[in-house]
Amino acid sequence: MNDISAHTAYHPRWYRPRVSTYWWLWRWVYLKFILREISSIAVAYFVVLLLLQLRALSHGPEAYAAFQAWLKVPQIIALNSVCLLFVLLHTITWFNLAPRAIVVRVRGKRVPDRLIAGSNYVAWLVVSVAVAWLILRG
Amino acid sequence: MAKRSNEPFLWLLFSAGGALAALLLPVLLFLYGLAFPLGWLEPPSYQSMLTLISHPLMRLLLFALCFLGLCHWAHRFRYTLYDGLQIKHLNEVIFVLCYGGAMVGTVLAGYLLWTIP
Repeated sequence: MNDISAHTAYHPRWYRPRVSTYWWLWRWVYLKFILREISSIAVAYFVVLLLLQLRALSHGPEAYAAFQAWLKVPQIIALNSVCLLFVLLHTITWFNLAPRAIVVRVRGKRVPDRLIAGSNYVAWLVVSVAVAWLILRG
Repeated sequence: MAKRSNEPFLWLLFSAGGALAALLLPVLLFLYGLAFPLGWLEPPSYQSMLTLISHPLMRLLLFALCFLGLCHWAHRFRYTLYDGLQIKHLNEVIFVLCYGGAMVGTVLAGYLLWTIP
Protein backbone atom coordinates (compact mmCIF):
# COMPACT_ATOMS: atom_id res chain seq x y z
CA MET A 1 0.00 0.00 0.00
CA ASN A 2 1.29 3.44 -0.79
CA ASP A 3 0.12 6.79 0.38
CA ILE A 4 -1.51 7.70 -2.91
CA SER A 5 -4.35 5.22 -2.60
CA ALA A 6 -6.72 6.84 -0.19
CA HIS A 7 -10.38 6.42 0.41
CA THR A 8 -12.63 8.51 -1.79
CA ALA A 9 -16.31 9.04 -1.48
CA TYR A 10 -16.72 8.32 -5.15
CA HIS A 11 -18.20 5.01 -6.06
CA PRO A 12 -19.63 4.03 -9.42
CA ARG A 13 -23.29 3.14 -9.24
CA TRP A 14 -24.06 -0.56 -9.52
CA TYR A 15 -26.09 -1.46 -12.53
CA ARG A 16 -28.49 -3.95 -11.06
CA PRO A 17 -31.92 -3.94 -12.64
CA ARG A 18 -34.51 -5.26 -10.26
CA VAL A 19 -35.85 -8.69 -11.27
CA SER A 20 -39.50 -9.37 -10.61
CA THR A 21 -40.33 -12.13 -8.14
CA TYR A 22 -42.41 -13.69 -10.88
CA TRP A 23 -39.66 -13.64 -13.53
CA TRP A 24 -40.28 -17.29 -14.30
CA LEU A 25 -43.93 -16.80 -15.27
CA TRP A 26 -43.46 -15.02 -18.56
CA ARG A 27 -41.43 -17.43 -20.59
CA TRP A 28 -42.18 -21.08 -21.20
CA VAL A 29 -38.59 -22.32 -20.64
CA TYR A 30 -38.41 -20.51 -17.29
CA LEU A 31 -41.82 -21.81 -16.28
CA LYS A 32 -40.76 -25.33 -17.24
CA PHE A 33 -37.66 -24.92 -15.09
CA ILE A 34 -39.71 -23.85 -12.06
CA LEU A 35 -42.27 -26.63 -12.61
CA ARG A 36 -39.39 -29.12 -12.72
CA GLU A 37 -38.00 -27.73 -9.47
CA ILE A 38 -41.46 -27.80 -7.87
CA SER A 39 -41.73 -31.51 -8.72
CA SER A 40 -39.55 -32.04 -5.65
CA ILE A 41 -42.61 -31.20 -3.52
CA ALA A 42 -44.38 -34.18 -5.09
CA VAL A 43 -41.40 -36.36 -4.14
CA ALA A 44 -41.62 -35.19 -0.52
CA TYR A 45 -45.41 -35.68 -0.55
CA PHE A 46 -44.90 -39.25 -1.72
CA VAL A 47 -42.54 -39.95 1.18
CA VAL A 48 -45.16 -38.59 3.60
CA LEU A 49 -47.76 -40.86 1.98
CA LEU A 50 -45.39 -43.79 2.38
CA LEU A 51 -44.83 -42.97 6.06
CA LEU A 52 -48.61 -42.82 6.65
CA GLN A 53 -48.98 -46.19 4.95
CA LEU A 54 -46.21 -47.72 7.07
CA ARG A 55 -47.85 -46.35 10.21
CA ALA A 56 -51.21 -47.82 9.20
CA LEU A 57 -49.56 -51.17 8.46
CA SER A 58 -47.89 -51.28 11.86
CA HIS A 59 -51.18 -50.41 13.64
CA GLY A 60 -52.99 -53.46 12.29
CA PRO A 61 -55.59 -54.49 9.67
CA GLU A 62 -58.28 -51.99 10.79
CA ALA A 63 -55.91 -49.05 10.57
CA TYR A 64 -54.76 -50.24 7.16
CA ALA A 65 -58.35 -50.56 5.92
CA ALA A 66 -59.01 -47.00 7.15
CA PHE A 67 -55.91 -45.80 5.28
CA GLN A 68 -57.12 -47.49 2.09
CA ALA A 69 -60.56 -45.90 2.51
CA TRP A 70 -58.89 -42.49 2.95
CA LEU A 71 -57.07 -42.97 -0.37
CA LYS A 72 -60.50 -43.26 -2.04
CA VAL A 73 -61.57 -39.75 -1.02
CA PRO A 74 -62.03 -37.83 -4.33
CA GLN A 75 -59.88 -34.89 -3.20
CA ILE A 76 -57.03 -37.25 -2.31
CA ILE A 77 -57.35 -39.00 -5.69
CA ALA A 78 -57.21 -35.58 -7.39
CA LEU A 79 -54.15 -34.61 -5.34
CA ASN A 80 -52.47 -37.91 -6.16
CA SER A 81 -53.18 -37.44 -9.88
CA VAL A 82 -51.55 -34.01 -9.86
CA CYS A 83 -48.59 -35.42 -7.94
CA LEU A 84 -48.30 -38.28 -10.41
CA LEU A 85 -48.03 -35.74 -13.25
CA PHE A 86 -45.26 -33.92 -11.37
CA VAL A 87 -43.47 -37.18 -10.61
CA LEU A 88 -43.60 -38.09 -14.30
CA LEU A 89 -42.20 -34.65 -15.14
CA HIS A 90 -39.41 -35.32 -12.66
CA THR A 91 -38.63 -38.72 -14.16
CA ILE A 92 -38.61 -37.50 -17.76
CA THR A 93 -36.53 -34.38 -17.08
CA TRP A 94 -34.17 -36.42 -14.89
CA PHE A 95 -33.49 -39.03 -17.56
CA ASN A 96 -33.18 -36.41 -20.30
CA LEU A 97 -30.53 -34.63 -18.23
CA ALA A 98 -28.67 -37.85 -17.41
CA PRO A 99 -26.38 -37.62 -20.48
CA ARG A 100 -25.17 -34.24 -19.16
CA ALA A 101 -24.15 -35.81 -15.86
CA ILE A 102 -22.94 -39.19 -17.09
CA VAL A 103 -20.19 -39.03 -19.68
CA VAL A 104 -19.17 -42.49 -20.79
CA ARG A 105 -16.32 -43.12 -23.18
CA VAL A 106 -15.84 -46.36 -25.05
CA ARG A 107 -12.47 -46.70 -26.82
CA GLY A 108 -11.93 -42.96 -26.66
CA LYS A 109 -15.29 -42.11 -28.19
CA ARG A 110 -18.08 -40.53 -26.22
CA VAL A 111 -21.21 -42.66 -26.00
CA PRO A 112 -24.01 -40.67 -27.67
CA ASP A 113 -26.50 -38.86 -25.41
CA ARG A 114 -29.42 -40.79 -26.83
CA LEU A 115 -27.92 -44.11 -25.83
CA ILE A 116 -27.41 -42.97 -22.23
CA ALA A 117 -30.89 -41.45 -21.93
CA GLY A 118 -32.30 -44.53 -23.65
CA SER A 119 -30.65 -46.93 -21.21
CA ASN A 120 -32.16 -44.89 -18.35
CA TYR A 121 -35.61 -45.27 -19.85
CA VAL A 122 -35.08 -49.00 -20.27
CA ALA A 123 -34.01 -49.24 -16.62
CA TRP A 124 -37.16 -47.31 -15.66
CA LEU A 125 -39.34 -49.79 -17.57
CA VAL A 126 -37.61 -52.84 -16.06
CA VAL A 127 -37.80 -51.45 -12.50
CA SER A 128 -41.47 -50.46 -12.92
CA VAL A 129 -42.45 -53.91 -14.18
CA ALA A 130 -40.47 -55.60 -11.39
CA VAL A 131 -42.09 -53.41 -8.69
CA ALA A 132 -45.58 -53.96 -10.10
CA TRP A 133 -44.99 -57.72 -10.24
CA LEU A 134 -43.69 -57.78 -6.66
CA ILE A 135 -46.76 -55.94 -5.37
CA LEU A 136 -49.45 -57.57 -7.52
CA ARG A 137 -48.43 -61.23 -7.34
CA GLY A 138 -49.54 -61.74 -3.73
CA MET B 1 -6.74 -23.35 3.76
CA ALA B 2 -9.96 -22.55 1.97
CA LYS B 3 -13.15 -23.32 3.81
CA ARG B 4 -14.52 -26.66 2.69
CA SER B 5 -18.05 -26.52 1.41
CA ASN B 6 -20.47 -29.32 2.20
CA GLU B 7 -22.31 -28.58 -1.04
CA PRO B 8 -20.87 -31.55 -3.01
CA PHE B 9 -22.04 -33.95 -0.31
CA LEU B 10 -25.54 -32.45 -0.27
CA TRP B 11 -25.61 -32.54 -4.05
CA LEU B 12 -24.69 -36.23 -3.99
CA LEU B 13 -27.67 -36.96 -1.72
CA PHE B 14 -29.89 -34.82 -3.96
CA SER B 15 -28.72 -36.70 -7.00
CA ALA B 16 -29.11 -40.17 -5.48
CA GLY B 17 -32.60 -39.27 -4.28
CA GLY B 18 -33.52 -37.90 -7.69
CA ALA B 19 -32.45 -41.10 -9.44
CA LEU B 20 -34.23 -43.37 -6.96
CA ALA B 21 -37.39 -41.26 -7.12
CA ALA B 22 -37.30 -41.18 -10.93
CA LEU B 23 -37.16 -44.97 -11.08
CA LEU B 24 -39.62 -45.92 -8.34
CA LEU B 25 -42.15 -43.16 -7.75
CA PRO B 26 -44.23 -43.22 -10.96
CA VAL B 27 -45.18 -46.90 -10.66
CA LEU B 28 -45.77 -46.73 -6.88
CA LEU B 29 -47.86 -43.56 -7.00
CA PHE B 30 -49.85 -44.92 -9.94
CA LEU B 31 -50.64 -48.16 -8.12
CA TYR B 32 -51.39 -46.81 -4.63
CA GLY B 33 -52.71 -43.39 -5.62
CA LEU B 34 -54.92 -44.31 -8.57
CA ALA B 35 -55.12 -47.95 -9.64
CA PHE B 36 -56.01 -49.43 -6.22
CA PRO B 37 -58.37 -46.69 -4.93
CA LEU B 38 -60.24 -46.55 -8.26
CA GLY B 39 -60.55 -50.33 -8.45
CA TRP B 40 -58.59 -50.74 -11.69
CA LEU B 41 -56.41 -53.36 -10.01
CA GLU B 42 -56.87 -55.61 -6.99
CA PRO B 43 -54.77 -54.28 -4.06
CA PRO B 44 -52.69 -56.81 -2.10
CA SER B 45 -54.13 -57.94 1.23
CA TYR B 46 -52.95 -56.56 4.56
CA GLN B 47 -51.05 -59.76 5.28
CA SER B 48 -49.21 -59.87 1.96
CA MET B 49 -48.32 -56.17 2.25
CA LEU B 50 -46.87 -56.87 5.70
CA THR B 51 -44.92 -59.89 4.44
CA LEU B 52 -43.55 -57.86 1.55
CA ILE B 53 -42.47 -54.91 3.70
CA SER B 54 -41.07 -57.01 6.55
CA HIS B 55 -38.31 -58.41 4.36
CA PRO B 56 -35.00 -56.89 5.53
CA LEU B 57 -34.00 -55.86 2.01
CA MET B 58 -37.36 -54.16 1.47
CA ARG B 59 -37.02 -52.27 4.76
CA LEU B 60 -33.58 -51.10 3.70
CA LEU B 61 -34.81 -50.04 0.26
CA LEU B 62 -37.78 -48.13 1.68
CA PHE B 63 -35.55 -46.44 4.24
CA ALA B 64 -33.18 -45.36 1.47
CA LEU B 65 -36.13 -44.12 -0.59
CA CYS B 66 -37.43 -42.02 2.33
CA PHE B 67 -34.02 -40.64 3.32
CA LEU B 68 -32.73 -39.86 -0.16
CA GLY B 69 -36.11 -38.72 -1.48
CA LEU B 70 -36.38 -36.18 1.34
CA CYS B 71 -32.78 -35.01 0.77
CA HIS B 72 -33.67 -34.56 -2.89
CA TRP B 73 -36.66 -32.43 -1.93
CA ALA B 74 -34.69 -30.42 0.64
CA HIS B 75 -31.95 -29.49 -1.82
CA ARG B 76 -34.18 -28.68 -4.76
CA PHE B 77 -36.85 -26.85 -2.80
CA ARG B 78 -34.20 -24.77 -1.03
CA TYR B 79 -32.83 -23.48 -4.32
CA THR B 80 -36.32 -22.94 -5.73
CA LEU B 81 -37.01 -20.61 -2.81
CA TYR B 82 -33.61 -18.91 -3.20
CA ASP B 83 -33.83 -18.34 -6.95
CA GLY B 84 -37.53 -18.50 -7.70
CA LEU B 85 -38.81 -16.27 -4.94
CA GLN B 86 -35.50 -14.48 -4.34
CA ILE B 87 -35.72 -14.75 -0.59
CA LYS B 88 -31.99 -14.98 -0.02
CA HIS B 89 -32.17 -13.05 3.24
CA LEU B 90 -33.90 -16.07 4.82
CA ASN B 91 -31.09 -18.45 3.81
CA GLU B 92 -30.48 -19.89 7.26
CA VAL B 93 -34.15 -20.35 8.10
CA ILE B 94 -34.83 -22.11 4.79
CA PHE B 95 -31.77 -24.32 5.21
CA VAL B 96 -32.82 -25.40 8.70
CA LEU B 97 -36.45 -26.00 7.70
CA CYS B 98 -35.58 -28.03 4.59
CA TYR B 99 -32.86 -30.24 5.99
CA GLY B 100 -34.46 -30.33 9.44
CA GLY B 101 -37.69 -31.53 7.84
CA ALA B 102 -35.78 -34.15 5.88
CA MET B 103 -34.07 -35.37 9.07
CA VAL B 104 -37.37 -35.60 10.97
CA GLY B 105 -38.87 -37.63 8.13
CA THR B 106 -35.82 -39.90 8.00
CA VAL B 107 -35.97 -40.59 11.74
CA LEU B 108 -39.70 -41.34 11.46
CA ALA B 109 -39.06 -43.71 8.55
CA GLY B 110 -36.32 -45.46 10.51
CA TYR B 111 -38.56 -45.85 13.55
CA LEU B 112 -41.54 -47.15 11.55
CA LEU B 113 -39.50 -49.58 9.47
CA TRP B 114 -37.66 -50.83 12.55
CA THR B 115 -40.81 -51.46 14.60
CA ILE B 116 -43.06 -52.96 11.91
CA PRO B 117 -43.72 -56.57 12.95
